[in-house]
Amino acid sequence: MSKDFSYEAVMSRKPQIMKDSVGIDYATFEAEGIGFDYERMMKETGYTLAEMQEIQGQTGVGNTPLLEMKNLTQLARKFAPKGKGARIFIKDEASNPSGSFKARRAANAVYHAKKLGYKGVIAATSGNYGAAVASQAAMHGLKCIVVQECYDSRYVGQPEIIEKARKCEAYGAEVIQTSVGPELFYVFLKLLEETGYFNASLYTPFGIAGVETLGYEIAMQFREREGRDPDAVICTNAGGGNLTGTARGLIKAGAENTKIIAASVDLTGLHMASDEQFNRKSFTTGHTGFGMPFATNPDRSDVPRSAARSLRYMDRYVLVNQGEVFLMTELLAQMEGLERGPAGNTALAAAFSVAQDMNEDETILVQETEYTGAGKHINAQLTFARKNGIEIFFGDPRKEEKGKNIILPADLSLLQAQEVDMNKLRKSLIKNAASQAETITEEDIRYLMVETKASREFVEKQLENLGVNRQ
Amino acid sequence: MIKKGTWVKIQDTILESGHRAPQLPEDTKKVPLIMWAKGFLQEDAEMNSVATVKTITGRLVKGQVMEVEPSYKHDFGDFVPELLQVGIMGRKALWGGEDHE
Repeated sequence: MSKDFSYEAVMSRKPQIMKDSVGIDYATFEAEGIGFDYERMMKETGYTLAEMQEIQGQTGVGNTPLLEMKNLTQLARKFAPKGKGARIFIKDEASNPSGSFKARRAANAVYHAKKLGYKGVIAATSGNYGAAVASQAAMHGLKCIVVQECYDSRYVGQPEIIEKARKCEAYGAEVIQTSVGPELFYVFLKLLEETGYFNASLYTPFGIAGVETLGYEIAMQFREREGRDPDAVICTNAGGGNLTGTARGLIKAGAENTKIIAASVDLTGLHMASDEQFNRKSFTTGHTGFGMPFATNPDRSDVPRSAARSLRYMDRYVLVNQGEVFLMTELLAQMEGLERGPAGNTALAAAFSVAQDMNEDETILVQETEYTGAGKHINAQLTFARKNGIEIFFGDPRKEEKGKNIILPADLSLLQAQEVDMNKLRKSLIKNAASQAETITEEDIRYLMVETKASREFVEKQLENLGVNRQ
Repeated sequence: MIKKGTWVKIQDTILESGHRAPQLPEDTKKVPLIMWAKGFLQEDAEMNSVATVKTITGRLVKGQVMEVEPSYKHDFGDFVPELLQVGIMGRKALWGGEDHE
């Protein structure tokens, strides 16, 4: 008898499909209440730092250059109070084989798939990760399928995602594209079941642990160069894996005083599952549409327990506007001689602003860049925006209306990152987590303290406000 | 007629508009979920006819033929005058504009 591949039937088989395709029985890490043993999951299913460096090194991943942005630092100081304006550095992750830090995540996932004997890997992603998995699969001789949300219902594709499709195909992968909608997950599950391939999810312990080498490398390179740790590391934030892995790597290197700052493009108000709004956003990742929901509810990912848990590590979260990131991408080319893709520059745009509040003898490091090219380039993205009726002009970026216009700062003093209220995010995570349980135990409280990097008092106060029963 | 073995792009409706996920915004619910794939035609076919293709990983997928030998057309876009101003602005702010040699 043939299997039922209807939407309902496939979705109902999700737990088994996940177990078969990731090779992790997540149930063994579950605690009695709302929590689970995150560290044990990372330890038992991941690799040691030394093993990861070895795995990544074998495919030319990692050891990317650490560069000082001397001109951008000087430029930021022009707009900072006297004595302010931290030195800005970047980790040039575009130098990885597939053009982004995602190669680190993919290297581990694909290595693991090969080790377990899978014949191929599948990833659901419209971003750099697809290209990274495809590149690694090519090196390991595995088959690869990438599923991406690409076109709206008029068959108009977002140029950046079309470019990612091209790159995946260039590495020999099969690319399956869908129109707008979260039911892409159904297509993904069906493919996993049909092929028996490995689910190279972005959110497995191998994937996230793969980014730990980035944090570790930053600490080592920075110490060699400057004799100390960076005061702040700023990460473009979407699903939280970049920040989580980098922070864990820094901690493993002993850089415990380095502040971890998240930065996203502010796309508040645009619905991520809207067919009409799909092509009215000029960023496909690194924006609040992923950043906020994943920070406050990490387990909304494509595995039962996400290894990307950004609020555990985040000290600050700042937002910039699309126009500010486009401007910074152009400045990076014009003043530092580095042409890089826009999404990775979200954190750079934020750093330009954040550095102005830091002392001159302090340092801030932007921990990634990404490749650029046709479709991804700011010129391509701005042209596409204009064709979709988005107005582009110079002005005050604070007045940007998402989906209507893109405002490039008329003056560099107007480039100002906006602070997100961290406690609001923590409250939201606690609310999401507590909604899973009838009563909250002492163990749950300890779990929530770690999940939100907050005090017992704070967590207990929120639970009280939510009217949750204590055991 | 498109010959068997030709590399084509196909499209298939995965979910009809009435069968979309309940949590979707109205504009997305109104349209079907479409999937696109590429592969070698397994039989002679006509444009817009339903045919089976073999993808690069060897899977057989059925759908409506929509493009023969599909290629990429994405590019660097049109001239964007605003971008030209950004470099001028940055250089002027740091080095003082035209006086800088």
